[in-house]
Amino acid sequence: MVSLSPTNVAAQVNPEPPTALDIKLRRKSRWNAAIRYSLLIIVGFIMIYPLLWLIGASFKTNAEMFSSPWFWPKEPTVDGYIQGWKTSTPYTFATFFFNSMQIAIPKVIGTAISSTLVAYGFARFEFPGKKIVFAILIATLLLPDVVTRIPQYLLFRELGWLDTYLPLFVPQWFAWEAFFVFMLIQFLRAIPREMEEAARVDGATTLQTLIYVVVPMLLPALVSVCLFQFMWTMNDFLGPLIYISTVEKYPISLALKLSIDATEAFNWNSILAMTVLALTPSLIVFFLAQKSFIEGISSGGVKG
Amino acid sequence: MAARCTGAGGGLMGGDSKFLGLWYISPYLIGLLMFTAFPFAASLYLSFTDYDLFSAPKWVGLDNYKKLFTRDRTFDKSLKVTLIYVFTTVPLKLTFALFIAVVLNYRLRGINLFRTAYYVPSILGGSIAIAVLWRYIFAEAGLVNMLLGLFGVEPVNWFGDPENALFTITLLRCWQFGSAMVIFLAALQSVDKTLYEAAAIDGAGPWAIFRNITLPLITPVIFFNLIMQTVQAFQEFNGPYIITQGGPLKSTYLLPLYIYDEAFKSFDMGYASAIAWVLFTIIMVLTLVAFWSSKKWVYYAGDRRN
Repeated sequence: MVSLSPTNVAAQVNPEPPTALDIKLRRKSRWNAAIRYSLLIIVGFIMIYPLLWLIGASFKTNAEMFSSPWFWPKEPTVDGYIQGWKTSTPYTFATFFFNSMQIAIPKVIGTAISSTLVAYGFARFEFPGKKIVFAILIATLLLPDVVTRIPQYLLFRELGWLDTYLPLFVPQWFAWEAFFVFMLIQFLRAIPREMEEAARVDGATTLQTLIYVVVPMLLPALVSVCLFQFMWTMNDFLGPLIYISTVEKYPISLALKLSIDATEAFNWNSILAMTVLALTPSLIVFFLAQKSFIEGISSGGVKG
Repeated sequence: MAARCTGAGGGLMGGDSKFLGLWYISPYLIGLLMFTAFPFAASLYLSFTDYDLFSAPKWVGLDNYKKLFTRDRTFDKSLKVTLIYVFTTVPLKLTFALFIAVVLNYRLRGINLFRTAYYVPSILGGSIAIAVLWRYIFAEAGLVNMLLGLFGVEPVNWFGDPENALFTITLLRCWQFGSAMVIFLAALQSVDKTLYEAAAIDGAGPWAIFRNITLPLITPVIFFNLIMQTVQAFQEFNGPYIITQGGPLKSTYLLPLYIYDEAFKSFDMGYASAIAWVLFTIIMVLTLVAFWSSKKWVYYAGDRRN
């Protein structure tokens, strides 16, 4: 099964009015489409049903939770959300949401600025040692975090940064995530340089050229960078688990874990409501910008 | 500002100062030294020491590694489980991603809708919220068993049983096949359509076309996905930590969990670093093998070798 429309081939081979073969091929193609659609719909349904169930179940009563596989609640209730918003701690969910933003916002902005500067340096300049540094950049794409995590912890402990958000975003201010730099370099390489050269001839410095000419053209790629970094930050669990120890400073991911441990035995719908709340920022961002996501991943990936 | 020294007229490339580019990449160089190179070297050093955070690291030579390979049953089990996990998750996920990409790669109406629906789990899947959801879905009385019940299947003890627990986590990762699929799809769409038409005229069937044209042309992307997914799978943490806490009977106790426990619960930083280095070495060797073998099976269009 490949992307090939048999009718097209037939039309090329035989430009005359439809023959018996033509009609047979067209019928085959219609069958083909029907099979593909059914397969895609079935698989899509299986893929999405857990999420549908999650949202439905968060409005179910605890008694109804495990009584039927159907996602729609019989007696919808928002008790789960009321309990879930209060959480099992002295703080409300708003505190944890606010904490997550205190990590995500500096991290996203720092990633965007530093990755742009570095990608510009690699894509538009020659300098001594460029090849070696670029090779290192590619190698770090594959370097598992697990080897650097312990000494990083020791470093931040030395700096007195434990139980603050600094370890969670300061590295990103130094273009620490090579993936984003690489993605922007690929994008910059595909942009023609005439505009930049014209700006330079007119007397702009390279920095002015970057800000006024390159960044506007780079904007679609930068949007993807910000979106991915935001999602990854919201998903990050191990980072906060290692560095944040005061409940008041917990981001959403840790708060959710804490609530499961405290209330799971009896309060299922409040756990599921919290789970929905935890996913909401990511879901909103995703649906607002899903095109950038998918384009980002295919352009960043394929050229790799 | 250093950017000024090239001035007008200096070419965009190079200019008067060949250090201008270095100025732009300086944040990366600082970050690389502080947050990658130094920790990388330090963790190798720590792996030869006994270090509990409170007294200075004590050099113990190869003791940590000796203990790992001769006396540590937990490590044996954890390593075995990790390898099983990686070698089932990666092929399953990639095969499924490629299969769906091939089905999607067709002039169908609503293709973007499907693409989005398949991608949503990938974007959310790493979060612990989804791991929590997984606990409910695969619970004894959970969604999966209720659905199986409709077909008269006895309830399965998904993560209470060491036989099944790892598979439940594998399924969680396979469910997130979307990002690999999007990359495959982009590659499939860039294949030159005239090649298909030529082959069809020569009488090749769909399977022969897929095997002899499509597959070789997308090998670079298969290679890319294979490496990225393998490196990721070796570092799986959230799923087993939330869903099974490594149990039952350590059947989902992947190496990253073991490293975390040794480092941040037992504060045995030296021993944890040694485990991390073993894990790193495995990943590196597999990556090198993949790169080496890629000369034999990865085809780059425009490259004459093939």
